[in-house]
Amino acid sequence: MARFVIEARPERSAWAPVQVALLALILTCIGGSVLFIIYGVSPLKGLDAIFIDPLRSTYGIGEVLLKMAPLLLIAQGLAIGFRAQIWNIGAEGQLILGAIAASLLAIQFEGSTSPLLLPGMIVVGMVAGMAWAGIAAFLRAQFNANEILVTFMLSSVALQLLYFLVTGPLRDPSGFNFPQSIRFDQAAMFPILIPGTRVNASLFIGLFVTVVALVFVQRSLAGYKLSVGGIAPRAATYAGFSSKRTIWLALLISGGAAGLAGVGEVAGSLGMLQRNVSPGYGYAGIIVAVLGGLHPIGILFASALMALVYVGGDFALLSVGVPNAVTDIFQGMLLTFYLACSFLLTSRIRRITPEAIASEAPAE
Amino acid sequence: MDVLIFIVGGTLAAATALIFAAMGELVAEKSGVLNLGIEGMMATGAAMAFVVLSLSGSYTLGFVAGAALGMVLSLVHAALTIIFRANQVASGLAVGILGLGLSSAIGKRYEGRTVAGLPENGIPFLSDIPVIGPMFFQQDIMVYLSILLIPATWYVLNRTKLGLTIRAIGESPEAAHALGLKVRLIRTGCVAFGGAMAGIGGAYMSTAYTPLWAEGMIAGRGWIVVALTVFGTWMVGRVAFGAYLFGSISLLELSIQAFGLNIPSQLMSALPYLVTIVMLAIISRNPTFIKLNSPASLGATLKLS
Repeated sequence: MARFVIEARPERSAWAPVQVALLALILTCIGGSVLFIIYGVSPLKGLDAIFIDPLRSTYGIGEVLLKMAPLLLIAQGLAIGFRAQIWNIGAEGQLILGAIAASLLAIQFEGSTSPLLLPGMIVVGMVAGMAWAGIAAFLRAQFNANEILVTFMLSSVALQLLYFLVTGPLRDPSGFNFPQSIRFDQAAMFPILIPGTRVNASLFIGLFVTVVALVFVQRSLAGYKLSVGGIAPRAATYAGFSSKRTIWLALLISGGAAGLAGVGEVAGSLGMLQRNVSPGYGYAGIIVAVLGGLHPIGILFASALMALVYVGGDFALLSVGVPNAVTDIFQGMLLTFYLACSFLLTSRIRRITPEAIASEAPAE
Repeated sequence: MDVLIFIVGGTLAAATALIFAAMGELVAEKSGVLNLGIEGMMATGAAMAFVVLSLSGSYTLGFVAGAALGMVLSLVHAALTIIFRANQVASGLAVGILGLGLSSAIGKRYEGRTVAGLPENGIPFLSDIPVIGPMFFQQDIMVYLSILLIPATWYVLNRTKLGLTIRAIGESPEAAHALGLKVRLIRTGCVAFGGAMAGIGGAYMSTAYTPLWAEGMIAGRGWIVVALTVFGTWMVGRVAFGAYLFGSISLLELSIQAFGLNIPSQLMSALPYLVTIVMLAIISRNPTFIKLNSPASLGATLKLS
């Protein structure tokens, strides 16, 4: 009887990660079709609503680019940590802290027309995100506390802090008790990048960070040390690369990037601090980072795809009437199938026929 | 006395979901598989059990359906990590996200609805004992089962051949494989058990503890469960103790609201997470101690030839 064996691939094609991502996308479409059939919707109509419909109008494309900005920023930061096996899964909380800090500045200087206000918000937002992630870095470096759990718990704390602020101290007094702050002045808002859409400078920051990440990962010594720490921790130690430095660097970079994404939300599409400052960008950013193969360019495409799924989910809700949960399920499937298919990057399945076994087996 | 009865009885009920999920996660981790998707499995279990209970009126069917769906999700995690050699952290997150999405899809039409909670069954004679009776023996059946699950898990892990096999695989899957132990099968079984228990824990939340379905009702309990295995340094008794400790903290949240103390409710909601962070730092501060107690292969990608 023929047997199947798993063996390591001798060589890897540079395009293999792209093929794996595309395969995952195809499998997700198949899984999604099943989901649509359960909801009594034609799979073709459903997939069209999610993946094609948003790209038919300037409005749709604008919304995709708008949602791409936070995902891109968060994922570029997270990927740097993931390469070093530092799993920051609390980007959601770091985003919230960035949004809160930037909002505090915008609300404090209400009525200001200073051109320094917006840069100030960007800086405090980034620092706040770094500080929130820094708590996890400190606890991991000094007390060995698992950063996965700590960053998640800190996200939950950040969410409660946000709820406290928007229902209490920062609530707009003339806002009919809605859990949101006052509306920001023009000086505290990102300029619109593409006229006629809501796409703002946050996307520009995301693209800039992508270039920085590309240089950092491929050209800098610090980026190299981080990767070595992830692939071969012992080799990194022998080479004198400090693991504590790695922890700090990975968490501060990813926290800062997530904080920037938070600034981009309040100073961009929202124009205020509100309870729903993020529809889970922090968690979706994890998917984007992995789906992009932890590579800055891959992440660029993955963030566009995930943003498309976000917008497409809203489109599908309106056009074919499937609930929003479809967005989460699609995102979860993308990551699940990507992980399953990644196996094909490093291994292959070979069929061994009885004749081959007979001819290869050493004589006993 | 009434206060004491309230505290002990309330803690037992509040910790029940945590006990089920934590015992399941402990068994999976003992075999070397970290499952970060517990939150999603509890959520799907909760949604599924609520829907099945609402449709059929049967608690048994509800719990079975919740456990089954939790197990199905955990089998995806098992397949990814055991067959497809995926990173355990990434896989757990993927399955967790998938589970949260599924839970909201399953429970969509039932959002905000309530059901009659699982009835409490006083144990005859024992429940008539003053003080102790109402404290311990006036609970629903799942509370009793969760208490029984603790010694049962301890017994299987520490006193049976199966438990020895699980622990051996968790320490060194390569050595266990070389000895001819069925590493993949046992690990898959342990992960499936963990998923089923998470499903039951979630089902308890939606059909007994707060009998209602609301998206996000698991509220980080799945993550606290993962943290509990670290607190308990992978020992059954300590993990259970941690679960009861967290049960009492969530009770504190309720009682402070009841007494009308002027503490922001958000601070109380954040308390379990803050306590988790502090406890993690205290317990983990000695890396050698953690290393000695954690299953050696926990989190490592399985690579058997």
